[in-house]
Amino acid sequence: MPGLVPGIHDFLFLGQDVDGRDKPGHDEAGIAGVVMTYIAKPKFQHPGLPKNDLGFTHRDYEGKVSTLCAGCGHDSITASIIEACYELSIEPHRVAKISGIGCSSKTPDYFLGNSHGFNSVHGRMPSVLTGANLANRDLIYLGVSGDGDSASIGFGQFAHSIRRGVNMTYIVENNGVYGLTKGQFSATADRGSKSKKGVMNTDNAIDLVAIALQLGATFVARSFSGDKTQLVPLIAAAIRHKGASFIDVISPCIAFNNHAGSTKSFDYVREHNDAVNRLDVITGREAISVDYAPGTVQVVEQHDGTRLALRKLDADYDPHDRLGAMTFLQKHAAKGQVVTGLLYVDPDADDMHAHLDTVETPLNRLEAKDLCPGTSALEKINASLR
Amino acid sequence: MKPTDISAPDYFHKVVDCQWACPAHTPVPEYIRLIAEGRYSDAYMINWKSNVFPGILGRTCDRPCEPACRRGRVEETPVAICRLKRVAADFKDDVKHRMPKVSAKNGKRIALVGGGPASLAVARDLAPLGYHCTVFDADPKAGGMMRSQIPKFRLPDSVIDEETDYILNLGIEFKGGQRIDSLKKLMAENYDAIFVGSGAPRGRELDIPGRKEAAGNIHIGIEWLASVSFGHVEKIGRRVIVLGGGNTAMDCCRTARRLGGEEVKVVVRSGFEEMKASPWEKEDAIHEDIPILNFMVPVAFTHDNGKLTGVTFQKVKAEYDAKGRRNLVPAGEPDQTIPCDDVLVAVGQENAFPWIERDCGIEFDKWNMPQVDAKTFVSTNPKVFFGGDAAFGPKNIIWAVAHGHDAALSIHKMLSGEDITERPLPEVHVSSQKMGIHEWSYDNDISGDKRYKVPHRDKVIALKDIRTEVELGYDVKLALGEAQRCLNCDVQTVFSAPACIECDACVDICPMDCITFTENGEEDDLRARLKAPSPHHDQALYVADGLKTGRVMVKDEDVCLHCGLCAERCPTGAWDMQKYLIDMTHAGSTCQTKARSAA
Repeated sequence: MPGLVPGIHDFLFLGQDVDGRDKPGHDEAGIAGVVMTYIAKPKFQHPGLPKNDLGFTHRDYEGKVSTLCAGCGHDSITASIIEACYELSIEPHRVAKISGIGCSSKTPDYFLGNSHGFNSVHGRMPSVLTGANLANRDLIYLGVSGDGDSASIGFGQFAHSIRRGVNMTYIVENNGVYGLTKGQFSATADRGSKSKKGVMNTDNAIDLVAIALQLGATFVARSFSGDKTQLVPLIAAAIRHKGASFIDVISPCIAFNNHAGSTKSFDYVREHNDAVNRLDVITGREAISVDYAPGTVQVVEQHDGTRLALRKLDADYDPHDRLGAMTFLQKHAAKGQVVTGLLYVDPDADDMHAHLDTVETPLNRLEAKDLCPGTSALEKINASLR
Repeated sequence: MKPTDISAPDYFHKVVDCQWACPAHTPVPEYIRLIAEGRYSDAYMINWKSNVFPGILGRTCDRPCEPACRRGRVEETPVAICRLKRVAADFKDDVKHRMPKVSAKNGKRIALVGGGPASLAVARDLAPLGYHCTVFDADPKAGGMMRSQIPKFRLPDSVIDEETDYILNLGIEFKGGQRIDSLKKLMAENYDAIFVGSGAPRGRELDIPGRKEAAGNIHIGIEWLASVSFGHVEKIGRRVIVLGGGNTAMDCCRTARRLGGEEVKVVVRSGFEEMKASPWEKEDAIHEDIPILNFMVPVAFTHDNGKLTGVTFQKVKAEYDAKGRRNLVPAGEPDQTIPCDDVLVAVGQENAFPWIERDCGIEFDKWNMPQVDAKTFVSTNPKVFFGGDAAFGPKNIIWAVAHGHDAALSIHKMLSGEDITERPLPEVHVSSQKMGIHEWSYDNDISGDKRYKVPHRDKVIALKDIRTEVELGYDVKLALGEAQRCLNCDVQTVFSAPACIECDACVDICPMDCITFTENGEEDDLRARLKAPSPHHDQALYVADGLKTGRVMVKDEDVCLHCGLCAERCPTGAWDMQKYLIDMTHAGSTCQTKARSAA
């Protein structure tokens, strides 16, 4: 008899949510939808872990256990954000982490479990962040987005938040594919690169770094999830930068974009990584104690006193030259190279609040009497307009 | 550093700290997992094979495993390994049918002097191979010091009977009440080999003024304990002073509390921390209202008309010289006399071999100890072997068992015409524990529970009867909780560099920051560059090369929880969790020696 015998059938593979992957693993491996048990990350920590000025270890900056695929580059970026916040002794409750939709946008759940968070609509992270920043300028804003979230659906949002100079650290976890929908090319995939199934990408790529430079971001960097020694200080410096900081982090997608022919794979990025400089972030009163060969280091002092010691790897590269940076990027991209490092910084930058001339007190803390000057003041204004 | 050779049997063995520290190398995590599964009989048999006396050791072992336990470096206290062993013994089913069968005799005869743990371990290993083993002991029943010196409230007779019977039932001839007083005579009986496991039977004297005059109320600790054990002594005075700071002193004072001693004090030369007694034995004594007085050296027994009246002590303090050696020097305070009715002297044990004629071909050293090879346990007479306290002085049961295994192997090899100095390597099994994605054959979830206390009998009841066991042992629930604290250190993290893509997933997930990818260097330099501090240099670094970037993977084994998260997070299977089981070589192990395979 064809078909199912009448009765109750329990279909293991049905009833997934729209995300399709609230647990790691892929259909390809034949395990999607199968209920898997995980252990929580044990609470025990190394008894000798160093503590920062607040008495926290880096583990105090963790969030929930990642549910991304094993080996995902995004998890390394998560670890780098944790490390940077630990090193800067940031109080977690002073941070707002805001994201959109996508693998990358899930990651704020995996770091700073004691911070404010907003997981917004697809591509709308920049607007939500801008609004939040307008309301409370006192928090540290971390915008976490992906190449789909920022270069496709949220491209316009990305552009406007940068050109407004919102004081934020905008991180794009860039893997060149739509991981959640099985690995279609995203807008940052290089023309000529190949998909996992061997299909060639025929569209031109959007270089978010080039766009950010052009739109006036005052701190622009690119890094690689597989190189934490470069990435962690960049994130720390960006957090300390006043103004729109943008970091494009190439983050290989283990499941769909880590094969030969991809330009966002571990191997490709390692082979073609052209780092223009290495960065040490020096906070507070410490003297610059590291021994540098003369002429190889450029010290940049930011608004808040943070000093960035840039160890030059490319002697001719000047991170204060926006135009030069754009040219440099284009030239190297044409050769298939991935330029990384701190590409541009304006240490005297301003932010949106300076442009708008808002008060120092965060708007959300202003009382009615501050906001409403009263009838006589209104009459005065009206009279002046008559 | 050179890449780690993980195929060397010792490498992973050292990672299993407890097993490595155990003289008999009992596979601790393996039996603890079985206890967690409720497979008590299986857990018991693993112990029985390795340490011969699980029920006895589960109550009395000196536990070299516990200070070594990794859990003690991760949090405050190690796993209660010893008391879990008792759980296996307490809750097992009948295991008689699982014991080796009595085998046909091979015609070779072995004499074993002393019926304690060392001799019984030798007999246990040799009898199933067909050797005719004859055990001689001065006491009527087997067990040696386990029966005579350990108080019954710590180790009931029923447990000793059961475990000595398992061995004697292997077809061993036990000649109780038969003290060997001449080795020469024994040798004349033409045994193929003789094993001396006669222990360290003499309690050390304390020769200070008043010793002779007050002798009636001054007792040597181990002799007194044996008399109590065999029912010859049933009372002691109201006020008792115990001299000495070892485990025998603890047994003495607690026994005295049960025989009428109301004011029992332990007085020790050294400070509290340096006392030889195990911390838990000191705790138990203090719990029974026995004060421990430190830095007091006995200088005289005071007496009146041949009756002991007290002990006079000089007060001392510890001073350390330039080399860090401790000297006890007079503190300058006046001497103190503590009145008492009886004194128990427990200041050490000595070996005594008055029954070994010095022309038996056995050489003695200047301390009157036989010259015994530390590996083969043979004396200078190739047919006479020593083990346990008789070989290298007083230690404890687990050492005696370990000696017994090695001596039995030597005897078996000698009587098989093989070179006894060639010791066959242990057999090692390493197998993956992966059952699926995020699924392992062991429970990798780390329990955060603190060490569970073993329930004790109410003190009022416990002190009334010397035969009432004080410790009640874990119940099933407590045992499960304690078993879950084990970190499964035998499930090893095994790394395969060719599969690694250096994505850092393992580094990021590791809760203990054990893993670092970095440039290679000398060990000290590498240790300084790890992700977390590396204070324990006796804990190995696992170094693997062959990575694409030319870096090395360095894992500090020190505080690894063996949770397997590195392997769960690894996208390429470069990490795997593999169970390491080592089968120590015992007499008759199937592992082929070179000599045997050549034959």
